[in-house]
Amino acid sequence: MLAKRIIPCLDVRDGKVVKGVQFRNHEIVGDIVPLAQRYAEAGADELVFYDITASSDQRVVDKSWVSRIAEVIDIPFCVAGGIRSVTDAGRILEMGADKISINSPALTNPDLINQLHDVYGQQCVVIGIDSFYNADTGQYEVYKFTGDESRTQQTQWQTLDWVAEVQSRGAGEIVLNCMNQDGVRQGYDLAQLKAVRDVCRVPLIASGGAGTIEHFIDVFQQADVDGALAASVFHKGIIDMQELKSTLTQAGVAMRKPLGEQ
Amino acid sequence: MAQKIVIVNTGCANISSVKFALQRLGVEVEVSSDTATIARADKVFLPGVGSAAAAMTSIRAKDLIPTLQALTQPVLGVCLGMQLMVESSDESNQGKIDCLNLIPGHVGRLQAGGLRLPHMGWNTVTPTQDEGLFNGIPAGTYFYFVHSFAVPDYDKTLATCDYGQRFSAALQHNNFYGVQFHPERSGEAGAQLLTNFVKL
Repeated sequence: MLAKRIIPCLDVRDGKVVKGVQFRNHEIVGDIVPLAQRYAEAGADELVFYDITASSDQRVVDKSWVSRIAEVIDIPFCVAGGIRSVTDAGRILEMGADKISINSPALTNPDLINQLHDVYGQQCVVIGIDSFYNADTGQYEVYKFTGDESRTQQTQWQTLDWVAEVQSRGAGEIVLNCMNQDGVRQGYDLAQLKAVRDVCRVPLIASGGAGTIEHFIDVFQQADVDGALAASVFHKGIIDMQELKSTLTQAGVAMRKPLGEQ
Repeated sequence: MAQKIVIVNTGCANISSVKFALQRLGVEVEVSSDTATIARADKVFLPGVGSAAAAMTSIRAKDLIPTLQALTQPVLGVCLGMQLMVESSDESNQGKIDCLNLIPGHVGRLQAGGLRLPHMGWNTVTPTQDEGLFNGIPAGTYFYFVHSFAVPDYDKTLATCDYGQRFSAALQHNNFYGVQFHPERSGEAGAQLLTNFVKL
């Protein structure tokens, strides 16, 4: 049976892992490679690395850390941030990343999704969506350039429409980051994830809001997502990976077991 | 004397992942599209991601088809590399395309019966035998998959996986082996499988 995935997310800036609250005030958490290795050994099913400055910053970003991760990690990993062209994506994939995640550049140039699909295949094209629940209008709104507060802007897209659009263009997976929940550890946005799940036929990854093991159980059982992404609860040691996975297994959520523990 | 292990440079993007995985096992590898180097190798890896049509175009452009068809040493195709080993594939805008014809069989769209595609993530594999490539890998071991096309379960199947339909997680025909999953990204289970292949 296909297991649900637990995905620690490491936000990267200048080759270091950082973490902010609701996309702001980033503090350094540690070096990338040892942290990545630690998560892989602890039982993470996949890792995501977001180069958070890249998308909102015009300079060329050093991505040599991608191949340093690929050398030591034996689970899949995805790289996000600053990938604006097929050439950028190819460079990251050749360094050993399994998938590339596109967010703001896909909103600026949606054809990029089709191009990536045609050149590298649907399996490696992940679309990240930063979605904000506007309580005044009751709408889910897509934002871009969220890596830099001064440039963050609302797009013309409503989230469910953008989810449909990226699928029609060849997205292989969608990571839905619910901005209202990000970094505050109050639980995933189950209502929003359920709404997106209804229109999402490719794997859907929940992001933003994990604070307790119960939140993971809820998001798998209630929103039927394929994976749950989280950062601070892992970086700060609030949730232990082994305990999380065994609790999810007991709750009836399919989890990967290591070799020899079938 | 150390074995000579060659990864065929198919022009696909997961070549470094396969190379790094073998290096983690302490195995020396060379990535090459040189026909003489590939023919002389003790073991050959055929990696691949992306679409079958694009990969076959790249392999044809490098004039590798006769060399690959003449290999008698153990060859392991990985993911799309496995799919390229059979006779033909439906994964093309032009309908059915010819593959390398190293193993009888055909690649079709995975009939996932309403489940999400691509089939992406860790799924359990059931080997048909517990020696050779799957030595030390019991039924129910998790491997990492990412694909939308598959070879059905048939007489060349070395391991099965279920996702809407039962399909071939691994194939074997003579010296040609293929795995649909990514051993280079399948943790300890993948390392065990790669070690088994190197020891064949």
